Amino acid sequence: MNPVESKQEYQKYVEEKSPNSPIFKNCFNAFWVGGLICTIGQIILNICKERSFDTATSGTIVSILLIGISAFLTGLNLFNKIGKFAGAGSLIPITGFANSIVSPAMEYKSEGYVMGVGGKMFTVAGPVLVFGISASILVGIIYLIFSTQSITLV
Amino acid sequence: MKKIGKQTILFDNPPTILECASIVGPKEAEGPLCKYFDQTLEDEFWGEKSWEKAESKIIKETVNLVISKSGISNQEIDICFAGDLLNQCISSNFGLRDTNVPFFGVFGACSTFVESMSLSAICSESFANYSLCATSSHFCSAEKQFRFPLELGNQRPQSAQWTVTGSGSAIISKTGQGPYITAITPGKIVDMGIKDANNMGAAMAPAFADTLVTHFLDTGRTPNYYDAIISGDLGYVGKDIVIDIMASQGYNIKSNYNDCGILIFDKNKQDTHSGGSGCGCAATVFSGYLYKQLQEKKIKRLLLIATGALMNSTSSHQGESIPGIAHAISIEI
Amino acid sequence: MGDINWASVFDWTSLLKCFVVGGIICIIGQILIDKTKLTPARILVIFVTTGAILGGLGIYQYLVDFAGAGATVPLTGFGYNLAKGAIEGVRQSGLIGAFTGGIKAASGGIAAAIFFGYLAALISKPKMKKQ
Repeated sequence: MNPVESKQEYQKYVEEKSPNSPIFKNCFNAFWVGGLICTIGQIILNICKERSFDTATSGTIVSILLIGISAFLTGLNLFNKIGKFAGAGSLIPITGFANSIVSPAMEYKSEGYVMGVGGKMFTVAGPVLVFGISASILVGIIYLIFSTQSITLV
Repeated sequence: MKKIGKQTILFDNPPTILECASIVGPKEAEGPLCKYFDQTLEDEFWGEKSWEKAESKIIKETVNLVISKSGISNQEIDICFAGDLLNQCISSNFGLRDTNVPFFGVFGACSTFVESMSLSAICSESFANYSLCATSSHFCSAEKQFRFPLELGNQRPQSAQWTVTGSGSAIISKTGQGPYITAITPGKIVDMGIKDANNMGAAMAPAFADTLVTHFLDTGRTPNYYDAIISGDLGYVGKDIVIDIMASQGYNIKSNYNDCGILIFDKNKQDTHSGGSGCGCAATVFSGYLYKQLQEKKIKRLLLIATGALMNSTSSHQGESIPGIAHAISIEI
Repeated sequence: MGDINWASVFDWTSLLKCFVVGGIICIIGQILIDKTKLTPARILVIFVTTGAILGGLGIYQYLVDFAGAGATVPLTGFGYNLAKGAIEGVRQSGLIGAFTGGIKAASGGIAAAIFFGYLAALISKPKMKKQ
């Protein structure tokens, strides 16, 4: 067997040789940490409901609090340790979005407060906003087309 | 100095590696080679405001250290080759701006240290009495430039390597008592189409094998000729691959082959996944550990092959594969 | 603002549903991380876009009704929120609402992330990972 016979052969060979991530352990950790973060959100949500906020406001309060906690933990250099342990468990909840804004902001502090912190803040999270907002505008336009059509049809 | 075979250069008057020095960061200081380094740092900023400044300071202090250890003065150094991983080699440019030595900045990614030593050896055969080589890398500045912010809560893949924080430096002298640089084999760029920037070992392994086989064919030597064949920073993944490739070419290097990236960290305790990497990896392991082994005659014939991945973050965003390079240097006493 | 009824705050069935659904969404993300070579930014983009599409189709609403924060806290929920806001915007003010509605609904989160992000960068310094 000669692994470097051709590029295709070599890529196949490397694929086999490279160590795999411990996926079951990772999924287990992602499950319970992610579930826990959502549950904390639910508890905040329930408290808001008890205090008779409407659904939209309650949701916003949950987001702001979780984002604040995540930013705080990132600032304390703790979030990357949680992230290393939990993987998607801390990345996928809104906490991961906050971390992806705070971490480049901290990283580029050495390049100044305007172009460093201000400019580099969205290097990781920018695409999330671009795609999320664009998708929502498309959804709105499509909804507009369909709803006016149904009106004219009726 | 003469060329033999396809790409190997033999030296008529083999230059001596006069002195070496190394400074490493805190994580490397916790590794198994700790006692071999000249100086270890307590934190990765070393009193500086940014990691880039810290890296410049590390290479600057390492160069000062090797010069003072060797007992020669700055004015006696005829030429200097230095490089690092940061864009436009700013660590070595900034670190050596006050050194007042004729300076060539070189880039060969993680192979830079052997590249510098090879060029120094060639200069020693002509005009240079003393030449200086130095390279550095810094985990934090490299992560910032090539990967993600440090505080981002992501998981590193198992095949990823850990950039060594540290710098190694050597002074090559035209005359001396050894260890001698007897031959060099500059490598060709080899690209086997690996695109995963988290699997550098696999990307660089074919270049390593290519240079090693060429070196054997050019010199007529076999793996047994050397007490140790050491690669720059292929890591655990790359080491496995290289042993397989060499076996398929009819060379058994299992018994005397190892890797700087494997030597510098304790895989189980330090969780560095596939091992160390970076310009500072081969530089510190050679200047610290291997050079002392040569001096104590525990290794008498060493083949050091530093490997480099010749890519940047733009090329990997554009979907390019990773070209590898490997330069070999034969050191004997 | 009366006394809080803690029994309904810690309503076990709602919390359990939230935990399980939120956890499963994260498992999907973890499989993407481990089985593909996608970067974190790409995974977040996939989740937010999927959420917006499922929200626009009205499917994600069922998950939100079932699991509450288990569906809204993951980034798919962020996408759902944007899409829901855009639809409401269209209902209220037509085409212009498609542009204003989404961000209006998610404005609290985005503003908080920017503000807290800047604040955290002001007061703290990145540190090297020990592992």
